[in-house]
Amino acid sequence: MLLSLITFLPVVFALVILAVPEEKYVRPTAFVLGVGQFLLSLLVFKDYDPTTAALQLVEKTEWVRSAGINYFMGIDGISLWLVMLSTFLVPLIILGSWTAIDKKVKGFHVCLFLLQTTMIGTFLAMDAILFYVFFEASLIPMYYMVGIWGGARRIYASMKFFIYTMLGSVLMLVSIITLMGMTKQLTGQMSASLLDFYNLDIPFVAGTMFSTQSLLFFAFCIAFAIKVPLFPFHTWLPDAHVEAPTPGSVILAGVMLKMGTYGFVRMALPIFPEATEYWAWLFFSLGVIGIIYGALVAMVQPDIKKLVAYSSVSHMGYIILGIFAMNVQGISGGIYQMLNHGISTGALFFLVGMIYEKTHTRKIEDYGGLAPAAPLFTILFIIVTMSSIAVPMTNGFVGEFLILTGTFMANKAFAYVAVLGVILAAAYMLWMVKRVFFGAPGKVVNEFAEKNKSLDISKREFAVMAPLIVLIFWMGLFPNHFLSWSEVSINHLVKNKTSYQLQVLNSDQKSAVTAQTKSK
Amino acid sequence: MEQTLISILILTPLVGFFINGLRWKSENCKLAGTIATSAIFISFIAAVTLVAKLIQLPEGERQFTAHFFEWIHVGSFQANAAFLVDQISAVMILIITGVGALIHLFSMGYMSHDKRPAKYFSYLNFFIFNMLLLVLGDNLLVMFVGWEGVGLASYLLIGFWFHDPAKASAGMKAFITNRIGDAGFLLGIFTLFFYFGTVEFGELAARMPAEAETLWSGPITLACLFLFIGAMGKSAQIPLYVWLPDAMAGPTPVSALIHAATMVTAGVYMIVRMNEVFILAPNAMMVIAVFGALTAFFAASIGMTQWDIKKVLAYSTVSQLGYMFLGVGVGAFMPALFHLMTHAFFKALMFLGSGSVIHAMHEEQDIRKMGGLKKYMPITHITFLIGWLAIIGMPPFSGFFSKDEILYYSFVSPHGSSFLWLIGVAGAIMTAFYMTRLMALVFWGKSRVPSDVHPHESPATMTIPLIVLGVLSAVAGFIGIPHAIGDLFGHLPNVLEHWLDPRLVNLDVEHSKALEFGLMGISVALAGISAAFAYDSYTKKQERIDKFTSKFPKLYRAVEGKYFVDEFYFGKIINPLISLSKDLWVYVDVNFIDKITYWISDFVRSAADAFKSTQNGNMQSYAMYITLGVVVILSFIF
Repeated sequence: MLLSLITFLPVVFALVILAVPEEKYVRPTAFVLGVGQFLLSLLVFKDYDPTTAALQLVEKTEWVRSAGINYFMGIDGISLWLVMLSTFLVPLIILGSWTAIDKKVKGFHVCLFLLQTTMIGTFLAMDAILFYVFFEASLIPMYYMVGIWGGARRIYASMKFFIYTMLGSVLMLVSIITLMGMTKQLTGQMSASLLDFYNLDIPFVAGTMFSTQSLLFFAFCIAFAIKVPLFPFHTWLPDAHVEAPTPGSVILAGVMLKMGTYGFVRMALPIFPEATEYWAWLFFSLGVIGIIYGALVAMVQPDIKKLVAYSSVSHMGYIILGIFAMNVQGISGGIYQMLNHGISTGALFFLVGMIYEKTHTRKIEDYGGLAPAAPLFTILFIIVTMSSIAVPMTNGFVGEFLILTGTFMANKAFAYVAVLGVILAAAYMLWMVKRVFFGAPGKVVNEFAEKNKSLDISKREFAVMAPLIVLIFWMGLFPNHFLSWSEVSINHLVKNKTSYQLQVLNSDQKSAVTAQTKSK
Repeated sequence: MEQTLISILILTPLVGFFINGLRWKSENCKLAGTIATSAIFISFIAAVTLVAKLIQLPEGERQFTAHFFEWIHVGSFQANAAFLVDQISAVMILIITGVGALIHLFSMGYMSHDKRPAKYFSYLNFFIFNMLLLVLGDNLLVMFVGWEGVGLASYLLIGFWFHDPAKASAGMKAFITNRIGDAGFLLGIFTLFFYFGTVEFGELAARMPAEAETLWSGPITLACLFLFIGAMGKSAQIPLYVWLPDAMAGPTPVSALIHAATMVTAGVYMIVRMNEVFILAPNAMMVIAVFGALTAFFAASIGMTQWDIKKVLAYSTVSQLGYMFLGVGVGAFMPALFHLMTHAFFKALMFLGSGSVIHAMHEEQDIRKMGGLKKYMPITHITFLIGWLAIIGMPPFSGFFSKDEILYYSFVSPHGSSFLWLIGVAGAIMTAFYMTRLMALVFWGKSRVPSDVHPHESPATMTIPLIVLGVLSAVAGFIGIPHAIGDLFGHLPNVLEHWLDPRLVNLDVEHSKALEFGLMGISVALAGISAAFAYDSYTKKQERIDKFTSKFPKLYRAVEGKYFVDEFYFGKIINPLISLSKDLWVYVDVNFIDKITYWISDFVRSAADAFKSTQNGNMQSYAMYITLGVVVILSFIF
């Protein structure tokens, strides 16, 4: 029941919010509920067994019998941390948008909770159709979030975002249905379970795109690549980020982009092993292009938020690189970097939002000399910057280092190019930091000095940042606290990359397994 | 016990960083300085205790390890938060905490008028913490943590007065240039891990000999070259030295500590630490030696033409680092580490001396506006004089022993050549020239001090470190007396060589005392002549120099303009890259990818429009479509 509870409790929360009589109670209620939800999700650790790669806490109920579609939820080392990330960020977002969202407050929080359900559902669904439903449903609240609470060009941005991602997922649906047909041929009973998809032996011919496996593979990959977004499908991202309200950007960068990379690990790799191996070069190339291209374009952005958006393109390129390295270091690094990116880039969007709320400008040229005017803000910004450019002792380093190690083991040439991203990241971030925080006081700082108003962050905003900062260092110094929970699942995926299978851990087996490990 | 000592050694600076960091708004320089200085002093005591314990152990067992926790363990990759105190890192921790404590003390005087002393001292402590991680790490990854950490500290301290855009830019330039090196360092780590499956120094050294026989030496050479790129960045070698002269924008004690005595020597330390690996890659060693010699030469030539007291010292540092790389490049690991140590003393001394001068001159750094300071600042003058004698290699001052040892090995080592020696000696001649020029223009000759400036000797917090460093610069050479000289005075031992011997690969060198004395004599004599010439020119016959430079105006302008390397980097690399990025954004993102998506959506819309017109609600046209359809279907059937 736990997984369903975590997934669908936010829907209940959304109803509760609707029932809140006065608008001023909406935010506190939402915050308390969000925190409660996060604490509840921590219960997963109690029942989760990190010594097995099998799927755990499984729930399965029939949905459409004739098509073999089930309500099938489960968790393993690959999805565990992404679920935690989704429950962790929501209360911070509620707290962070306390004053930023000032119209339709109720609607906003309803949207946010519905979005949370779809995100968690995406990571927990082990039935392809169920996954697809959650994956698609997440677009709707996000669409409204950008379209209602967004900036001046919000309608354009939300349309672009919606159509782009929708287009990709339609191809995936066709592919899912084809795979369901194949399960019927194999076993006589149609099934949409990912576990049955893993058992399929899909015909593959090297050297052509037009073999069944490659076609299905690409149908999935395009959907995920748009979501990630991978170069050249990335142009929706900067627009969506710039127009989205701060909480929208945080959710988008923090969790929604990971649905794409998660999809690669959960589906593209294990269902289509030969195609993955054969086409790895293509994804390596696109990943590396994304790293360099995203960094270069980020460097010349005049808008801070757009700069951070393009830096996401660069960072997500690293994750793709790690995943397609198909070795323990690469995939561990990829999964770690998904969390890192959620935390660091989420934090950057929070910070940009905080200063925007006060100054109503994100143009770099309007700033300058912000450091003396907003010292605490500056310190936090620089810490997050260091995490973003992967300075050791922060989380970013561990992820990036593992990814690059994995890439180097898989294909040296790509690692040589990808390492340039390390330099460019420092260039675009520090150049921006220099222009915004250092030097003579700029337009904004002078205006605020005249009005005698503070630019620094408030206690509430500090409370939003504090958990993120703690995680930045915790994950940087003790990566094993996090990776050890995923280790077995990742090893299992890498070791069996050509014949991946996932067992379901039921309670009897679990006691048997623990007995076994104990007797050892 | 040792583990506790190592913890104290590393963590006290971190505690100091937090204490001062949390009270960063405080303007009480004395309190902040006391906290920070005592933190480093405690650290120094721990270091001394550790080394004393190390000495008591039998020669072959001299090492302490401290394993704190498993840091990253993924698959076969493992890196622990583990530290190693052995003969090599022992030398380094003494320098870092010892010189570090003195410079902290000096800062208490130097920064007394600053508005943010607590912030300054917290950064300084943070630097020491990272520097200790760098030298104590028992694997490449912990070293890399320190490696990037000192870069971060350096970034923060160079840009300490960030309201000045030039200073903020200097910090950024330092960080980004270092990042280029760091990328190389990372590739070095990957290469070593890929071929040898470990990043731990001890393991690497142990696996080396066996692997070297079976493997093509390519991977080792490649790894060494990548690591050297890292060293180029951190230790300011050609072509990545450009950040160091700009780094002088930071407070002067920072220049002394980070940009002269400790951080910039990290590259040399790294190579000495991994000498078992580097020695197996003779081609990489040759590259290192050549880059080192060229850096020593060119930086010295720029040093002869600069007018900013700190810039002269900065180029001098680059040049001296070049000597150290020449040393490790020819396999003279002990002399390189020896020179690292003596240089840390005399260059820290001279930077602090220049700080004392700048302080006295009310932030004036142009040596054309100084002169005759000798009588106003006797202690600064005397100590600076010792530093001057040390750096130009006058016996028996410390620089003489270490520099001549490097030059000697560059000649006799199997990895060396007379060519390398010649460049080294040419560099030494120029060194003697620019340092004497500096002495003459600052301390000697007629005073050119503007009338509104009243130079004065600095307070005790500043002069005490000068005196201690002065003594060290004078006598530190005696721990590494070359055998040729030692034998002259009845078998004086070379203490340092003996100490480091178990850790370093020995070179097959046939020593010849005559040759050693001959080479020594030549370089000392030439340096002496050069110094005398410079003294004469700058105190008495200034017109001689002007006449000479006006004869070669182009050459002079090129050297004074630092060979226009910065201009080249900006004009040919950075600006084109920025305009390329703008083009990518405008032409690829906005005008290509987005245009394609618009075309697709336009196409869908116009297709929809075309079909829309068929659904016009007109019964007759629907009937016609049905009829047409029936006809078409029938035509297929029949």
